[in-house]
Amino acid sequence: MIPMLIGVSLIAFALLSLSPGDPLAAQRGNPQVPDELIRRIEAQYGFDRPVPEQYLRWLGRVVQGDLGYSFKFKRPVAQVIRERLGATLLLALFSTFLTWLIAVPMGVWSALRRSQWPDKTVSVLSFVGMSLPSFFLALLLLYAASMLPSLPLVGKFPIGGLVSPGYDRLDTLGRILDILKHLLLPGLVLTIGGLAGLQRIARGSTLETLSQPYILAARARGLSDRRVLWGHAFRNAANPLITLLGFEFSALLSGAAFTEIITSWPGMGLLALEAVRSKDQFLVLATVLMGSLLLMLGNLLSDLLHAWNDPRVKVS
Amino acid sequence: MSGTATTSRFALALRGSLLARLSLGTLAFLYLAAILAGWIAPYGYDDESRAHSWAPPSQLRWIQGRPCVHPVSFSFDESARRVYVEDTSRAIPVRLFVNGRLFGLDSLEAISPQDGSSARLYLLGADARGRDLLSRLLYGGRISLSIGVVGVSISTFIALVVGGLAGFFGGWVDRSLMRVCEIFMLIPSFYLLMLLRATLPLDWDSRVVYLSIVLILSLIGWAGLARVIRGLVQSLRSADYIVAARALGVHPLVVLRRHALPQTFGFLAIQATLSIPGYIIAESGLSLLGLGIQDPQTSWGNLLQESMSIAEIHLHPWSLIPGLALFLAVLSYNLAGDALRDALDPRGGR
Repeated sequence: MIPMLIGVSLIAFALLSLSPGDPLAAQRGNPQVPDELIRRIEAQYGFDRPVPEQYLRWLGRVVQGDLGYSFKFKRPVAQVIRERLGATLLLALFSTFLTWLIAVPMGVWSALRRSQWPDKTVSVLSFVGMSLPSFFLALLLLYAASMLPSLPLVGKFPIGGLVSPGYDRLDTLGRILDILKHLLLPGLVLTIGGLAGLQRIARGSTLETLSQPYILAARARGLSDRRVLWGHAFRNAANPLITLLGFEFSALLSGAAFTEIITSWPGMGLLALEAVRSKDQFLVLATVLMGSLLLMLGNLLSDLLHAWNDPRVKVS
Repeated sequence: MSGTATTSRFALALRGSLLARLSLGTLAFLYLAAILAGWIAPYGYDDESRAHSWAPPSQLRWIQGRPCVHPVSFSFDESARRVYVEDTSRAIPVRLFVNGRLFGLDSLEAISPQDGSSARLYLLGADARGRDLLSRLLYGGRISLSIGVVGVSISTFIALVVGGLAGFFGGWVDRSLMRVCEIFMLIPSFYLLMLLRATLPLDWDSRVVYLSIVLILSLIGWAGLARVIRGLVQSLRSADYIVAARALGVHPLVVLRRHALPQTFGFLAIQATLSIPGYIIAESGLSLLGLGIQDPQTSWGNLLQESMSIAEIHLHPWSLIPGLALFLAVLSYNLAGDALRDALDPRGGR
C-alpha cells in the first residue's frame, strides 16, 4: 500500500511541477506582502530548489505527519482536510445506505419477475438512471427544490451547503435535522446515480444463483419459494454485491465530486477543485493522496466483507 | 472473429431490438445535426444580440398559413429584470433556405422600419448575451460528440501498446508497465482530472484547448483497458498460431501487431462504445466547472454553466436544455453498447 501511495505522490508531484502556475502568485500580487517575506516562505517550503529536492523534502515532511500549509485557507492542510473528509464520508455513507436499501430488493424483485412488465420497466428506468450525468441530475433537483413552496415543518428547502446560517443557535436535535435536510439533495443525486448499476448486478446475480442445481434440489425437497430465495439463494447471490460495496463506496468518495460542487456540499471533491483553481500546491497533493488512500481502503473493505460472507475465500 | 461475421451478428441483433435501432437512429441524428451545424443553425455560435439577453423561446404563430414570430421588446420589472413582450403589430415569417442557412428569419425582413432594431428567432430561448441556444447547442454538439470518439481512440491506442507489450513479453516489461497502470488506477478519476487540468494550459487557442482536453480524458481511461488487453494477449501467447509465427522467425513486434492484437478488436469495439459516454460526461463536467471549453466556444457542458446559478434558474429554465441533449446522447450510447455486447458476447446472451 505504501509504495503505491508513494507512486501516486510521485505522479501528482511531477504533474504539478509541470503546471505553469505559481503557488505564491496571490502573495506576490499583494503589495502589502513584502518581498522579504515571500523569499522567506520560498526558502521555508523549498520553492526555490530543484523539483526532485522539493519532492523529497515534501515527502520527508509528510512522513512526519506534516501535510504542509494551505495558502488559500491560510491554515495547515491537515486541518482543512479533516473538516472536509467528514462531510464526504457522511454523504457517501448516507447515499450508499439508501442505494442498497432500494437497489437490492429491486434487483431481486425484477429477477423473480424476469421478462415480465415489472422487470422491463425497471430495466428501462435503470438505463435512464445510468445515463443521467450526476451534475445534470443535481441541477434538475436543485431547480425542482427551488420551485418548492415553503413547507410547514421544514421551511424553505435548502439548496446547497452543509448547514443553515443559524446553525450555531440550534440545539443538538435541531442541528442533526438541519444537516439531514441539507444532506437529502446531494444524497438523492448520488443514490439515483448508483441505483441503476447495483440493481442490474443484483438482478443478474440473483438470476444466475436461481439457475444453480442446489436451488432445484431445494425446490424438489418442497421448500417454499421464500425459504429457497432467502435461505439458499440470497447469500450466494449477495457475493458479487458485497465485493461491489467497497468499490461503490470508494467510487462514491471520488465520484461524488461533481455532486458536491453543484450542491456546494463542502466535501473533498469541492476542496480538490478549490485547490486546483487557486494552485494551492500542498492542498492539491494532499487531496489526491487522500483520495487514493480512500480508494484503497474501500477496496480493502470490499475484500474483507467478501471473505466474511463467503467461507470459500481465505484471508491470507 | 472476422469483420464481416461481427457486422452480420450485430445486424442480426439490431433487427431483434427496437431499443437498439432507436438508439442508433438517435445517435445518427445527433451526429448529423452536429456535422451540419453550420447550415442547420439559424445563427452563428457567437452571434450576440444585447437587446435579447435571456429572451424566452420564440412563440411560433401561424399567420397566413406560414409560421411567423413577433418581434419582442423588453421593459424592466420591479426587481430590475427584463420582461419581454411581443409586438403583435408585426409578424416576421420563418423561411426555409434564407441567409445561406436551412431556416431562419430573412435578415432584411427582420429589421424594424421604425427603430431599425432586428428581430431574432429563438426556438429554444437565448442566453445572457442574447445568443441563440439552439445554434449554440448544435455547434456545441461538434465538440461534445466528437471528444468521446477521439478520446476513446487515443486511450485505446495507448492501452493496446501498453497492454500488448506487457502481455506479450511478460517478465520485467510486464511488471513495470502494470505497476504504472495500477498507480494510475489508484488515483480517483476526478482528482486525476484536476491534476492533469492543472498541468495543461487551457487559456490558449481553442484548438489547443480541445486537444488538451482530449489528452486529459484519454490519460484517465487507458489504464483499466490496458490491464484487460494484457490479460487477453497473455492468454493468446501460447496459442499454436502465435507459437508457429514466432518459430518461423517473425519479429515479435510483428507477431504482436499482426496476429495477437487483432484478436482483441471485438472486445475493444464493445468496450469503446460503452466508454464513450464516460468521456462525453467528463468533458461536459470539466467545461461545466469552467475548466474546459471556454466561451465563446461552446460545448454542452459549457452551455450548462448558465444554469449553475441556482437562484436564477427559474427565470430561464431553458438553459437546462443542453443537459437533455447530453442525456439523450449518453442514453443512446449506453443502449447501443448494450446491444453490441449482446451481439458480440455469446456468454452474455439472455
